[in-house]
Amino acid sequence: MPGVALAREYKYMCSDPGQELIRQDIRDHGLDRIVVAACSPHLHEKTFRHAVAEAGLNPYYFHMVNLREHDSWVHADKPAAAAKAMDLIRAAVRRVRWHVPLERRQAPIHANALVVGGGIAGIDAALTLASAGKHVYLVEREPTIGGHMAQFDKTFPTLDCAACILTPKMTAVKSNPNITLWSYSEVRRVEGYVGNYDVEIRRKPRYIIEDLCVGCLECIQACVFKQAKVPDEFNLGLGKRKPVYIPFPQAVPQLVVIDPETCIEFKSGKCKKTCVEVCAERNAIDFKQKEKIENIRVGTIILATGFETFDPVRVPYYGYGLYPNVYTSLEVERLVNASGPTGGEIVLRDGRKPATVGIVHCVGSRDVNTNRYCSRVCCMYSLKLAHLIKEKTGAEVIEFYIDMRAPGKAFEEFYNRVAEEGVSFVRGKVADIYPAGNGDGRLILQAEDTLLGMVRKIPVDMVVLSVGLEPRPDANDVRRLFNIGCSGDGFFLERHPKLAPVSTFADGIFVAGCCQGPKDIPDTVAQSGAAAAQALALIDAGVIELEPNTAYVTEDACCGCKTCIPLCPYSAISFLEEKKARINEVLCKGCGTCVAACPSGSIRQNLFEDQQIFEEIGGILTYA
Amino acid sequence: MKPKVAFYWCASCGGCEEAVVDLDEEILNVVNAVDIVFWPVALDFKRRDVEAMPDGSILASFINGAIRNSEQREMAETLRAKSQVVVAFGSCAQLGGIPGLANLFDAKEILQEVYGDGVRPQMVHRENGHSLSLPEFFDTVLALDRVIGVDYYLPGCPPTPKIIAGALHALLGADLPPKGAVLAPDHALCEQCPRKDTRPEKLVLKEFKRPHQMIADQQTCLLAQGLACLGPGTRAGCEALCPQGNMPCTGCFGPTSRVRDFGAKALSAIASVIDGNTEAEIARALDAVPDPAGTFYRYSLPSSLLGRRRMG
Repeated sequence: MPGVALAREYKYMCSDPGQELIRQDIRDHGLDRIVVAACSPHLHEKTFRHAVAEAGLNPYYFHMVNLREHDSWVHADKPAAAAKAMDLIRAAVRRVRWHVPLERRQAPIHANALVVGGGIAGIDAALTLASAGKHVYLVEREPTIGGHMAQFDKTFPTLDCAACILTPKMTAVKSNPNITLWSYSEVRRVEGYVGNYDVEIRRKPRYIIEDLCVGCLECIQACVFKQAKVPDEFNLGLGKRKPVYIPFPQAVPQLVVIDPETCIEFKSGKCKKTCVEVCAERNAIDFKQKEKIENIRVGTIILATGFETFDPVRVPYYGYGLYPNVYTSLEVERLVNASGPTGGEIVLRDGRKPATVGIVHCVGSRDVNTNRYCSRVCCMYSLKLAHLIKEKTGAEVIEFYIDMRAPGKAFEEFYNRVAEEGVSFVRGKVADIYPAGNGDGRLILQAEDTLLGMVRKIPVDMVVLSVGLEPRPDANDVRRLFNIGCSGDGFFLERHPKLAPVSTFADGIFVAGCCQGPKDIPDTVAQSGAAAAQALALIDAGVIELEPNTAYVTEDACCGCKTCIPLCPYSAISFLEEKKARINEVLCKGCGTCVAACPSGSIRQNLFEDQQIFEEIGGILTYA
Repeated sequence: MKPKVAFYWCASCGGCEEAVVDLDEEILNVVNAVDIVFWPVALDFKRRDVEAMPDGSILASFINGAIRNSEQREMAETLRAKSQVVVAFGSCAQLGGIPGLANLFDAKEILQEVYGDGVRPQMVHRENGHSLSLPEFFDTVLALDRVIGVDYYLPGCPPTPKIIAGALHALLGADLPPKGAVLAPDHALCEQCPRKDTRPEKLVLKEFKRPHQMIADQQTCLLAQGLACLGPGTRAGCEALCPQGNMPCTGCFGPTSRVRDFGAKALSAIASVIDGNTEAEIARALDAVPDPAGTFYRYSLPSSLLGRRRMG
């Protein structure tokens, strides 16, 4: 092949001896370009660039042929794949000739961090960062932190009380001087780049002056609404709250909120304002409060925006919303909970105690009509609910499952324990739920018992739908806001499923918890710890090295047509006063969109110069 | 002795010849400065007169039109031999031009389209022992530099008088431009367009319009008004004649030196402003571009990376 001075075959070129071979050959033969045709640049581009650099050559005089994703993994026809490998090598040899030396650049990293979402993932990540001495902004959309975990009663498989283990962490957030907690707030704008993100946060008015409210809750007592009439969000509408309320007793921050949709003062302006009277000289209520905008600069961001439970109305044959005795699992969590709407009594909407309870697994999971994926937590929380229902009511509990998935630590043991407690199991997906028809209010669960090989119709008093976990409905907007990706199921996409599980394709932005995919609390906390560690590694490095494969404008040539500006997914292109485009190379990720679009060919890209690409095409199209 | 120049036309419309005449009084300066030894459209010289000249005796030949038959190729080769400098004059010679759109077909299809099943031209006609032959009609239209070496290019359909005069001065002057140069500025037309500043920074369009479907505002960027103006990708030099006449640029000055395939870049530039996420939305946006090849490769199909449609 023209231009090739030395070709070597070596089984493990990425090993130390393999790299040494490359270094030795560079020194012995005066090689000035290196091509490695091996697995994948994903894995070893850095390895070989480093080896080449150690031998005194510019690391960008190296090019790696991707024989894995571009060839062996995607072809079954071996001789054709071998021929393609040769084409790819020829292309690389022709391209690398045109490589020029490039330098990696550095950008400083701002030491503050932003954590978005105040569930257990966000709380844990914020506490970890704060305990390392970093200043953390924790932004939560709801009036309180705590997230879904605060709604749970017990946690599987240990049956720890969720509140008992969560609330100390919540108060630790509030009291930590390194954490600025902004609840009832949302991120509205994100600009900048790794190490230097400029973030705008909108703080919604809660009509309470935070610094003045002492959390005495007397205003709630005093509200002109003697009875709570508004469906209470925290209890999923199973209970009621007043227009002035606190989501739950241990809420953090311990501040009330006024809901302008239902407050008489907001509706009519003619309320007696007994709340203001009782607040008296504290004077913490402010009906004229406006939203507030905060602007901060942070070096790194952890997204922990959580999940939404599947809305079973989308599976109409389960009758949720139609039959009052069909509940979601999260509703039952609230019913079981001592601070819930029934004080921990498991009773039906008509006040009766259920004698038989059917728990339906995989509602909105493992189903081509809803979500194909397994939500991972439902089997175990269903077992937990079965245990709690049995414990509290003595009811007969029957679980309808497809497969029982209990792979976590102590999960299988928990399954056995619940089975031994007398919970029944029917292996079959429930096909239909309908009233018994004899007026006793019972519901028939119809399922094919695949172990018995027969259809069973089992009457129950209460149905619990074990709903799956879904991305937040606005996950796509959030994804765009932070410039990260989503996988096919809509959860945030990690950079690599195995080797970069908390990183995203936006440098300096990490994910933790269920926003990345369904997971239980231990996995969530492990992941938030990992995200915090990654964020710390970035912050403590102080500077970040940037790949030089960025695009640049040849400003003499640019005619200022602005075609490129709206195309950049990273907002890296600005329009200068002298009517030229300029690319901020720190922001540029080298995606090449502007390069392809520039109508006058005035934007070029390091490592993807036209000449290099045409040589590559030529190499592939030259049949040897 | 004054330097000799020649003008010749190949597959072209005659507009380039008009452009020379359009030099107005400037043409008198040209005539004063040079001897025109060959100019079939205006002066009665024959092919044999050129063939009789010594090689290299002409300072410069200005050849317009694309090469689409054997006679044009022969004349181009002859003029190349007789000239010190050959200038590809106008879009057709430089890039293949509008005749180059014939590369979407081949000779057989074109003859079928024009003559149908009726009488076909006879390639050779014999009469009384004499014979007369027609030049061979090629399948593929070629830009001039695919047939002979070309020293300079004058872009435009046709080149503007200012561009022509500039080129003549350059050739007669002491400082010759580097060989292979396109004798026009090397940035895109927006640079010269009086409407440039009215293009918004973030321009996205749900649909394009064709010029006859609207009366365009006289001041605003035509692309921003929904006309598929190719100014952002077209070499400057015409001083935005078409946009100044309220018509979008169609790209006759061709690409800048940094672009190898004008049409692909033009398409990319237009596609970049489309605001559509579904195939249907994108298709609707492009309804106003019913002939993409004829729009984006109007002047440059023969010099594009692909060159022609693959037949059969």
